[in-house]
Amino acid sequence: MKTRNTNTNSSASLSKENTNQIKLLLVDDEAGYVNVLANRLNKRGVRVAKAYSGTEAIRILRRNDFDVAVLDLKMEDMDGIEVLKIFKKMDPDLMVIMLTGHGSEEAATYGLEMGAFDYLTKPCELPELLSKIKEAHQKRKTLLKNHLLTR
Amino acid sequence: MNGRGVIDGTYYRSLTKKMILIVLLVSLTPLMLVSGMILYEFQHSYSEKVTDHLSVLVDKHRVHIDNFLEIKLKEIHSLVETLGIDQLQNESFLEDQLSKIQKVYGIVFEDLGVINPDGLQIAYAGPYKLLKAQYSEAIWFNKAIKKEFYISDVFLGLRGLPHFIVSVRVNHRGKPWLLRATIDFMKFNKVVENLRVGKTGLAFIVNREGQFQTAPPQNIADKKFNMDIIKSNNDEIEINESLNFKIYQGIIYVSAFLKNGDWIMVYRQELDDALSDFKKTQNVAVLIIILGALVIMAMAVILSGISVSRIEEADREKEMMNQQMIETGKLASVGELAAGIAHEINNPVAIMVEEAGWMQDLLEDDGTNDSENSKEFARSLKQIQTQGQRCKEITHKLLSFARKTDSRIHDIQVNELINEVIELSGQRAKYASVNVTTNLEENLPLIRISQTEFQQVLLNLINNAVDAMEKTGGTIAISSYIEDDDIIITVSDTGPGIPKANLSRIFDPFYTTKPVGKGTGLGLSICYGIIKKLGGDLNVHSVLKEGTKFKIRIPVIGKSNDEKLKKNPKK
Repeated sequence: MKTRNTNTNSSASLSKENTNQIKLLLVDDEAGYVNVLANRLNKRGVRVAKAYSGTEAIRILRRNDFDVAVLDLKMEDMDGIEVLKIFKKMDPDLMVIMLTGHGSEEAATYGLEMGAFDYLTKPCELPELLSKIKEAHQKRKTLLKNHLLTR
Repeated sequence: MNGRGVIDGTYYRSLTKKMILIVLLVSLTPLMLVSGMILYEFQHSYSEKVTDHLSVLVDKHRVHIDNFLEIKLKEIHSLVETLGIDQLQNESFLEDQLSKIQKVYGIVFEDLGVINPDGLQIAYAGPYKLLKAQYSEAIWFNKAIKKEFYISDVFLGLRGLPHFIVSVRVNHRGKPWLLRATIDFMKFNKVVENLRVGKTGLAFIVNREGQFQTAPPQNIADKKFNMDIIKSNNDEIEINESLNFKIYQGIIYVSAFLKNGDWIMVYRQELDDALSDFKKTQNVAVLIIILGALVIMAMAVILSGISVSRIEEADREKEMMNQQMIETGKLASVGELAAGIAHEINNPVAIMVEEAGWMQDLLEDDGTNDSENSKEFARSLKQIQTQGQRCKEITHKLLSFARKTDSRIHDIQVNELINEVIELSGQRAKYASVNVTTNLEENLPLIRISQTEFQQVLLNLINNAVDAMEKTGGTIAISSYIEDDDIIITVSDTGPGIPKANLSRIFDPFYTTKPVGKGTGLGLSICYGIIKKLGGDLNVHSVLKEGTKFKIRIPVIGKSNDEKLKKNPKK
């Protein structure tokens, strides 16, 4: 099990407002990218779980609860779209941000139809990703509130 | 110039030959068979008709001549019967009777004579002095005395002129007497010769030995007629009623018996003459058939020529299409390759950028360190990120290009496409010290074309321009503007220009001035094909030592549809 929920309280100088409650699952088969991105997001107060493949991501999601998932659409073991579909089955309220290569927007559009929150083209700027994550978290929060009210 | 032969010219020549042969065989064989059959049948029935006709004619004539002779016999017979030998012995009475008969029949009866049983002519009326002539030795007398009626063969006799005799035997005082009359040979001849058909058809009479009883026809030189000609199967000639029909050495002989078989009337006509009408018809028919055959041959040659040249053209077009497919395919596969590489590069670049960011984060954490080194660290990390960003832009460009390598038709902003192509070929131009400038009109309408194909056209034109200025360097100016509702794109260079002799051929397939192996000679012809397919036009203007300008004209298709919609808003 490679889940490493690192505590992130040391970097006070980096903007952490409204991020420390966000539980994020980062899925990409490019280990170097996952690691560095997790570090940087952690530094900004996001609680990041790392998964290096689609199957691993599904395993982690089964045991833990997440607000947002960042999912690379191009992975070796499983197609990102398939992972997305399983995610949505397991947790319909999970906000999924897809990462696509430039020029494969068609897959991303299809992902949106399948219930993904949004997509970003890779490589993406960190501030952009961060703001998307926040947006997604906000949406999840309102969704969950609505569920509670309707119940 | 590498004239890459499409298909060997001999192939088309043999194809033409084969087609001509097949057409000729198929059309001429039935024509010949049918016309041959018809001619044969026609000839058969026609000659039958001619034979029948001649038979009837000859038979009638035979009856006619037989009648003629019979009447002559009856005449002198009735003379004897009514008047008796006694009276006829009176010479002046005999002369009276002769002139009476001559009044009725003309001078067919030349003379009359009464001959006593001893062969002495005891009475005579006529132009010759034959009174008391002694006939007891004459052949005709000896034959005549034995028969009641007798017609002799033609002979010269005492008078030395050809004539023949009809005689009647009567019993007078218990002894046979003869009344004879001479038939004028010329008169009889005329009666026989009455039967004249065509140019050569005529009748004559021979006796059983073949001696002519009438004037022999001019084209028979022999004194005797060769009886073998009319004999059937070498048999003796049989006396019968029927006619004998024979064709011998191209001549028709129709023979019939006269005078109880003593004489034979022969009708003789050259076959060609008898069938002259048929020959005429046949000649016309043959002429028509020959003319028809000639027309068919001419048509076969012309049509085969036309269709083979069409086939040749189609083959050439197909070849070009194939080449175009290959070229397009190449471009597409290059695009795919580029896309793959771009994707692969994206990941490491992303990691590099993020790692640099991570280091920045950590440096910021330390915060207080204001040393020279840490400043330099920050600058360096910034630089890594900037360069990473640049890589990203490059890969994005490649990916956009690759994404468009399909021949599906999209609405396209021409200027965007021009810029993309310039970016792609910019590096090559830079190395050849060629400067690329653009003058693009803003807000051009979209056009519906295949991106790949249009990219190909622009790439080809730009690459050609770069090739032309590779040694000297120069400027490529690309402009776009609207003219008469069409979008115009021009690509002009400042190269050496194209000589006039080559200018008319540059759009021909397989025409190239590049060294062997460098150019296929297809680039411009494919460009031309693509632009023509879009309903546009591609032309070239070149001045030696000044440069060349290609002008692409593409109709704005969407616009015409919009106008239609405006006119018919309900539809």
